[in-house]
Amino acid sequence: MSRYANNPQAIRNLIRPTEVHRDVYIDQEVFELEMKYLFANTWVFVGHESQTPNKGDYFTTEIGTQPVIMVRHSDNEIYVLHNRCPHKGTKIAIDRTGNTGKFFRCPYHAWSFKTNGCLLAIPLRKGYKDTGLEESESVHGMAPVGAVKNYRGFIFARLNKDGPDFESFFGESLSSFDNMVDRSPEGRLEVAGPPLRYMHRCNWKMLVENQTDTCHPMVAHESSAGTAIDLWEKMDKPEGTQKPMAMEVIAPFMSPYEFFENMGIRTWPNGHGHTGVHHSIHSDYSAIPGYFEQMVEAYGEERAKAILGENRHNTVYFPNIMIKGPIQQLRLFTPIAADKTLVESYIYRLVGAPDMLLERTAMYNRMINAPTSMVGHDDLEMYERAQEGLHSDGLEWVNVQRLYQEGENFDEITVENGTTERQMRNQFHAWEKYMTLTMEGDAQ
Amino acid sequence: MTTPTRDDLIDFVYEEARMLDDGRFDEWLDLWTHDSYYWMPLDYNQEDAKHVTSLLHEDAFMRKLRVERFKGERTFSQKPKTRCHHVLNRPFIDHMDEEKGEYVTHTAFHYVETRLDDQILLAATARHELKLIEGKLKITHKRVDLLNSDAAFGNIQMFL
Ligand code: FES
Ligand SMILES: [Fe+2]
Repeated sequence: MSRYANNPQAIRNLIRPTEVHRDVYIDQEVFELEMKYLFANTWVFVGHESQTPNKGDYFTTEIGTQPVIMVRHSDNEIYVLHNRCPHKGTKIAIDRTGNTGKFFRCPYHAWSFKTNGCLLAIPLRKGYKDTGLEESESVHGMAPVGAVKNYRGFIFARLNKDGPDFESFFGESLSSFDNMVDRSPEGRLEVAGPPLRYMHRCNWKMLVENQTDTCHPMVAHESSAGTAIDLWEKMDKPEGTQKPMAMEVIAPFMSPYEFFENMGIRTWPNGHGHTGVHHSIHSDYSAIPGYFEQMVEAYGEERAKAILGENRHNTVYFPNIMIKGPIQQLRLFTPIAADKTLVESYIYRLVGAPDMLLERTAMYNRMINAPTSMVGHDDLEMYERAQEGLHSDGLEWVNVQRLYQEGENFDEITVENGTTERQMRNQFHAWEKYMTLTMEGDAQ
Repeated sequence: MTTPTRDDLIDFVYEEARMLDDGRFDEWLDLWTHDSYYWMPLDYNQEDAKHVTSLLHEDAFMRKLRVERFKGERTFSQKPKTRCHHVLNRPFIDHMDEEKGEYVTHTAFHYVETRLDDQILLAATARHELKLIEGKLKITHKRVDLLNSDAAFGNIQMFL
């Protein structure tokens, strides 16, 4: 029974100003439409250019549920190709990363392709003589995605050929990427090691919403952050002992509501937004020896202070990533099914900055985002309980009403109380827009 | 104990696993020196614990935190509690330095973790670096390599 396909109105009916229908999270048809429309109409994060530093280097990933290859071609440009042989569909590369040399060669019948996807050769080509192969789509080789953009090293792609251009889709929200990259004295980031991979049995949007949910840390993470603070206070230690790095990282999760209210949330059009406008849980980290001096040398004192003074906590780029500038981290939420999401947490080195910064970044990642992390455990527990709970017929709607104001205009940039759920509403507004943007039919 | 025999070292590794299976975490914490680390790399053959991500790299404070958290009233991912089960191969003794009182063992094992209707099975190897201190063996470093450390897991909640 198809309820939502080719029925934009049915999709719109799932979103109310202050509520979201549970089908948005649990319905497999809605999920498939998300893959077909939402993930095809928007600019989706693929990878970082430092993951493919040399010609022929490639990296395999997904855009939504579409397998793609990011590869550096002989002209040094990065291409994003569908990971599918134009002959019979075989995935061309299955290693997560590698170097293919000058061309890809399909392991099934050895059709080969340049690293920009163009068909290079077919064995026994004479078998296609006079068969009209020139007219088939296969002859074009591995299909590139609709559009690719390298923004300061971060590679985004749009599956559809036509659609919103990169700049108008992201607009001023790119300032969070700028700030993260500017924190390197050389203005450059490099991926540091493989990402953490964490499987979540819940809908991908629960994770994205959680990135700006500031009312949960002191509740869900009391078990780890609260216990850490207790332990530290009870510990025998000389007066004035410096907090270890791990405590600096974990303790702010217990900050009171007031702290989060005052930090502020900024929302941008198209579903993007960030917490930590005035301060954040990253604000009070100790200075890393020598780093500020390097920044002053690179940018001058005023600009260095401005860069480091930004304490954005979580920036959500709709649809499915979050970045943390002050800790140089990116989390990618890849949908697998309505109730299954792969979370990958990447960290980056600030090129030219002291190693100790990277040490803190790596520590943050494993302490908060690993499948072995005490903090991540309680988040996942909540998502999975929600995924199960939403099957209850007791109530069909999810509430996202906190600090709602009538007539909210999501085309406007706003800064509000840091506990607002406006950013979630902003995401659902964008969700509805891109879900229905190219959907046929308005059958009622 | 003045000089541990091979059997003493092997028994130590088995006893550690049993403490974890029995949930005797406070006893388990006492097996470690104060400056020891418990490390689970993320990457196959990983060398650097600090500047790339690991699954775990925990000092005495973090291990204690983990244990206290297990006991906590508001530890939602531990309601109900996880249980674990180790099956160990006989440990290899890779290194014995009786003069310094330093020993290294290498143990292949299977680890099962269960909670509610879920059960996961992991294959791993543990490298224990042990030191004889005041007649007792203590762990100075423990490295656990999961066979599939790069796979996407759900929650892994206990110590391996
Ligand atoms: S499927 Fe790739 S060459 Fe035949
Ligand atoms: Fe959380």
